Amino acid sequence: MFYMLLRHRDIENLNQIDTFLKEDGFEGFKKALKMDTTDVTNEVKEAGLRGRGGAGFPAGVKWSFMDNNNWPHYVVANADESEPGTFKDREIMESNPFQFLEGLAIASYAVGANAAYIYLRGEFWEVAHFLDEKIEEMEKAGFLGDNIQGTDYSLNIYTHLGAGAYICGEETALLESMEGKRGQPRVRPPFPPSQGLYDKPTVVNNVETLTSVPYIINKGADGYRKFGTEKSPGTKIFSLSGNVNKPGNYELPLGSTFRELIFEHGGGIPDGKSIKAIMPAGASSSMVVANDEALDTQLTYEDVPNVGGDLGSASVIVVDDSISLDWLINKTMDFFHHESCGKCTPCREGSYWMKKLTERIHSGEGTEEDVALLKDVATQVRGKTLCALGEFSTMAVVTSIERFPEDFAK
Amino acid sequence: MTKEVTLTIDGKEVSVPAGSLVVDAAKKAGIDIPVFCYHPKMEPVGMCRQCLVEIGRPAFDRATGEAVLEEDGSPKINWGWKLETSCTNPVSDGMVVKTQSEKAVKGQNDMLEFQLTSHPLDCPVCDKGGECLLQDLTLAHGSAESRFSFDEKRHAEKKVALSDDIWLDRERCIQCGRCVRFQSEVVGEAVLGFEERGSHTQIMTTSDPGFDSNFSGNTTDICPVGALTTAQFRFGARPWEMEATASICGECPVGCNTVLNTRRDVKSGGKIVVKRVMPRQNEAVNETWLCDKGRFANHNTDNRLLAPSTEWTDAIASAAQKLSAADEPVFVVDGSLSNEDLYNIKSLADEVGAKALCYSEAGGGALTTKSASYGKSGAGDAILVIGGNLYAEAPIFWLRAKQAVERGAKLIVATEAETRLDAFATTVVRDLKKGLEVAEEIFAKAENTVVLYSGDDALAQFCAALNPTSLIGVWEDANTQGAWEMGYEAVSDLSALKGKTVYVAGKSSLVAAALESAEFTVIQASEEANLVVGQTVSIMETSESVCVMLPSRTIAESDGTFTSAERRVQRFFSAVLPMGDSLPGYVITAQIAEKMGVTLDIDAEDIFSAFSDLSYADLANISVEESLLIGGTCYENEQGLGVMLPAKA
Ligand SMILES: Cc1cc2nc3c(=O)[nH]c(=O)nc-3n(C[C@H](O)[C@H](O)[C@H](O)COP(=O)(O)O)c2cc1C
Ligand code: SF4
Ligand code: SF4
Ligand code: SF4
Ligand code: FES
Repeated sequence: MFYMLLRHRDIENLNQIDTFLKEDGFEGFKKALKMDTTDVTNEVKEAGLRGRGGAGFPAGVKWSFMDNNNWPHYVVANADESEPGTFKDREIMESNPFQFLEGLAIASYAVGANAAYIYLRGEFWEVAHFLDEKIEEMEKAGFLGDNIQGTDYSLNIYTHLGAGAYICGEETALLESMEGKRGQPRVRPPFPPSQGLYDKPTVVNNVETLTSVPYIINKGADGYRKFGTEKSPGTKIFSLSGNVNKPGNYELPLGSTFRELIFEHGGGIPDGKSIKAIMPAGASSSMVVANDEALDTQLTYEDVPNVGGDLGSASVIVVDDSISLDWLINKTMDFFHHESCGKCTPCREGSYWMKKLTERIHSGEGTEEDVALLKDVATQVRGKTLCALGEFSTMAVVTSIERFPEDFAK
Repeated sequence: MTKEVTLTIDGKEVSVPAGSLVVDAAKKAGIDIPVFCYHPKMEPVGMCRQCLVEIGRPAFDRATGEAVLEEDGSPKINWGWKLETSCTNPVSDGMVVKTQSEKAVKGQNDMLEFQLTSHPLDCPVCDKGGECLLQDLTLAHGSAESRFSFDEKRHAEKKVALSDDIWLDRERCIQCGRCVRFQSEVVGEAVLGFEERGSHTQIMTTSDPGFDSNFSGNTTDICPVGALTTAQFRFGARPWEMEATASICGECPVGCNTVLNTRRDVKSGGKIVVKRVMPRQNEAVNETWLCDKGRFANHNTDNRLLAPSTEWTDAIASAAQKLSAADEPVFVVDGSLSNEDLYNIKSLADEVGAKALCYSEAGGGALTTKSASYGKSGAGDAILVIGGNLYAEAPIFWLRAKQAVERGAKLIVATEAETRLDAFATTVVRDLKKGLEVAEEIFAKAENTVVLYSGDDALAQFCAALNPTSLIGVWEDANTQGAWEMGYEAVSDLSALKGKTVYVAGKSSLVAAALESAEFTVIQASEEANLVVGQTVSIMETSESVCVMLPSRTIAESDGTFTSAERRVQRFFSAVLPMGDSLPGYVITAQIAEKMGVTLDIDAEDIFSAFSDLSYADLANISVEESLLIGGTCYENEQGLGVMLPAKA
């Protein structure tokens, strides 16, 4: 297996700076520092690196949107990692922190930011302390601070802990939280590259996105495009969980299939049960029917929608045939009701309503009308919320009822 | 000139300034898009999602930048799959908006249904009922049956006292955030906030004491539902039972435009009383706000002088006789009287060759009568606030100073004690002299300059020496400026009354002082009879020989005008029936004058025209008003914006 991101699985002690330096550490950053900033951005653009936080937006394109008439610029690494089923960024930060920090430094250089922040969910306080040490070591090694590597570029990186709210993974809520306000999304536009942190142009990128950057700079866009597909280049970490024998993080080239991930790498379904459904993007997913067509579908941003899902953050949750989906969507609704920030009406009220309905249905007291109403309420939330959380909350609900009607016909 | 943008809303073509929001553009076309969180005085937040509409934008060819045309030559319009919030989307050229399409209406109704899931709908006992946005929308579009299970409604505290003045019903709150944003954005006192999240989200006060702000009452106006109510009006009346009369706040010299809502009241023995005071929009004075001092002022006091000391005719005759007999009678007033009252008294004094004095602790009145409007100062301008505590004395002036700073004006605060304006000031000095020096420096580089002073004649002289565009005395009373404009002589102590025959008209404090010093006192007074009665009781037996008491009317009972400290002349109308046998002040004076052989007008409008170049019709002008207000209550100004007196060289 080739590791571009989880390199620590091949190299022991990669989270020690000496080891990292011996393993071509900071070569990408050094190379970038000798390049024109726009060339760095263009390289990432050409590599076609797509955001790993969920939306899959091309990273280089995002960087090129930074408003150059408004300074200073900031880069924020999104390490909120709150999507149920996602646990990849944590492994990166704990075991391959310098590659992530290097990517963050390259991104900062590319957009002319002299300050970069890492926003971590509150529960990651140990990771934050660990990163603080790594940042210090990196500075001591001459890769942070003033006049890095003898250039006139200066950069400082700071960690910032949230208070453990899912919504603070949404980039504008994250920025509000960083500013010390209630973690609630902003109206967009303006998008962060025009008005972000403290209203200054800001790039927000996922940890994994940034960790991919050093390789791109080292090997060039072409080198990076050796992996993955035309529209989804590179490798991706799949957080595999649910009813599967070997849950865990798997770094595979984009374009691998569900079958490969779940059965080859994940060891298949335990206890002789069979696979029923897949949630490809954590709790926010649609419920994909796990038939052969789905299992042979390539894990890419463009292919997963063909079977009624989204790649999202690629936190693949496997559901076996012992699970009734009325139970499962009651769980997801419990989560979304708990995490709805309450700023907008359809999500605040809709999540409460849907939670109540799924409770009733799961407890066996629900009627056919309740199921129809649940689907109607979910549909009614769609397309009307202020941020995507409200949208996410409806995905599993609607698709489970549509695709697995037998689980609701009681 | 800002660029105009032309778009089509529900088939109507509208042109609005670039940067306008779709919701405001629609309003201009006469189309009301339902809103909850949006308020034109605050930044849009797009929270409630009530204002969803379909928005289409013209398609452009990426390569050429040319507009893409349909086969018939009309521009091709791109429609997104989502509805959009009209309160957050700025207009653009060629935009097409549908507010009434099936999809848009469905979206709006969907939001309404969500809003109502846990709303108590206790309209029958809700103060807002009758003027509630949620109730109006529910009546117009709501479903008669709820799909939400009644047993699953969320409940919350219904009686939360945020302060002595403001109550919160958490069950009625729809989390629109208007109140929170008003306090932080408009007032700059962020004493309200949200706690918890999701469906547990609640409004809370973050200050101790609770809701510590002099502008708290405004949140009850802008709250789109009955979640915030005032202690004063709570359960007091239904909005549709009340009459609305235009008035001017009499609590300070800012001259805020108000509406007095009145109703016949059982608790008041069947009298028509003022149930609440509401702001009336006047962008040049108070926008749509009132301070709590003005809003919660008591208009229904029972401490009233109800009848003259003897029969009216005898009392008038006795007053006239005493004044005629006196060698050097003195006429003394304060700024609580209307211009019409002031003019008749001044005219009588002039006729008999007597002094017309206006009592005021603050000096320099004559210096202020040339001044220009305080106006909407902004970038390039400078303001000096010196001597007083604007926040308490003239709260809306305070708010305007704060807003001017936000628009880029420089603000110097020179006061001995800390004030709530310090936080917004460019420069704060705790010494008045120093303040004048700093102001001189900053004024030298500024365009329009404003001085708001509270102090004596000496301070006024110093301030006038700065030569500001606008010199404003922060008077104790609402119409002190009116007295200066009329040429009253200022007095700050009443020793001049010693042993004289005095015609005193004004507040009880002035009357009491006159009674103490004068040989004989003609008293024309209305409210706060406390003191008068107290004094009167003790001198009752000899009253005929010491004083004659003539009951006049309150602002709520009178027609007339006030001139604000920044010299805006504004009209108020009688809202309630007069109490007892009281008469308008100017009529009392005219009757005394008649007995003394002097003829004065007894009609407010005639009196006004006699002393002013203006007429009541001029004051009724509302042409400059841009009324783009959505939601809230009672803002309309149909009775006039008043007139700024021109600055004099
Ligand atoms: C409710 C919600 C939660 C999110 N949580 C995360 C998260 O935990 N981590 C993350 O990187 N992005 C998260 N996102 C996506 C971010 O808003 C943003 O798109 C992303 O950080 C951009 O980085 P990328 O382009 O590198 O993916 C979330 C989005 C939403 C709507
Ligand atoms: S969709 Fe939900 S999480 Fe997003 S703003 Fe609305 S209430 Fe908050
Ligand atoms: S109290 Fe009123 S104004 Fe404040 S958030 Fe609730 S509904 Fe809105
Ligand atoms: S600022 Fe003055 S005039 Fe305005 S409401 Fe307050 S007390 Fe009345
Ligand atoms: S979202 Fe537009 S009015 Fe609330």
